Amino acid sequence: MTQKSKFLGAVAILSVGFGLLAADHIDAPAVKGGSADITDYYAFQGENTSNMVFVANIQGLLAPGATGAAKFDENVMVEFNIDNTGDNVEDLVIQAIPRNGKMYFFGPVAPGTPGTMSMVKSSATKASVDITPYGSAAITATENGMKVFAGPRDDPFFFDLGKYREVIGGKATSFSAKGTDTFAGTNVMSLVVEVPKSTLGSAAKINTWVETKKKQ
Amino acid sequence: MKKITLNLPILLLSILFLASCDKTDTATTPINTSPDFSGNYILADQMARPAINTVFIPEASKDVFNTTVPSQMGGLFASAFGAGLKALSPAYAKAGDKNALGLDATTFGSVLATDVLTVATNGTTTFYDGTNVLTGRRLADDVITVELLLIFGGEDFKENPGLSDDHVDANDKPFLTSFPYLATPW
Repeated sequence: MTQKSKFLGAVAILSVGFGLLAADHIDAPAVKGGSADITDYYAFQGENTSNMVFVANIQGLLAPGATGAAKFDENVMVEFNIDNTGDNVEDLVIQAIPRNGKMYFFGPVAPGTPGTMSMVKSSATKASVDITPYGSAAITATENGMKVFAGPRDDPFFFDLGKYREVIGGKATSFSAKGTDTFAGTNVMSLVVEVPKSTLGSAAKINTWVETKKKQ
Repeated sequence: MKKITLNLPILLLSILFLASCDKTDTATTPINTSPDFSGNYILADQMARPAINTVFIPEASKDVFNTTVPSQMGGLFASAFGAGLKALSPAYAKAGDKNALGLDATTFGSVLATDVLTVATNGTTTFYDGTNVLTGRRLADDVITVELLLIFGGEDFKENPGLSDDHVDANDKPFLTSFPYLATPW
């Protein structure tokens, strides 16, 4: 009882400062809801176990009725960062940027300069694919050993965000015995790229993260 | 004879002119034009582990966190993460309290503060599958419950059961076994 009320008190104080727990959906003020707002990131071994798959989702919580109008922004580059030396500094990047209805992917390639500013490595290994329109079957392409996709997909994230908000807000003391997926029935704009593991270096472990970068 | 020598330069000029016309034509034909990728691109948003920075970074610091390179995140945010864990979860209330990874609030906070996703290149990739821990993130991984367990579940995943599982265990659509893996949109 005491522990619970102490906990709720702490939660109430913290909730003033804490954002919403939702992968990275509904994020920071500067990018919130815009074309550079990352919702989620995945990295996993491919169906072909010699390959690694990277997935970046942006522009979350798209209702089906709003999905057809959602677009990738030509001023926003999505950059997959790969550290294969254990220092949390990117040694390789895969860049994705749209032009005229196609998504172009470059890499994996050493970045010109690691950090907060990048140029498109347009002379690197390249693959491109038509952006799949809403309502069409997935258009994929394989070029230079890289398999690529860009377009709307079902949001793969699942979480009872509503109940979490109640707990954090002091209106509930626990999750429900049967949760409700707040992200059910919503879509995201997805980028999927699959590359041979051999292009990522020889480390047994990599550290990876995804960034959106806006044209200056 | 004289007439011919006068005409030769004109002929040469016209050939050059034609050639340059062709060159211009080629350069403006859309099929041969590559898109313009020039310019500098500045960091706007970033993420690696799901939900972590969203939970532990106070609203006022989110823009700063999103534009801080991972190699500098630990130094700037580790203590805030550690303090956040202690404040948020009764599982770290007592001295010596640890989570199921054997990490106390300070150590776990410092691990979380550097927001990178560690991925194994030589085998199973999963956030947590009962055996492998933090070797990647698959689409089907119940990452929120794993994180809630590590935050609220204590040493044995059994503390605060009401807070350590949201009871949403799977996506609303099945994933594909083949590329592009994600389900078709609604």
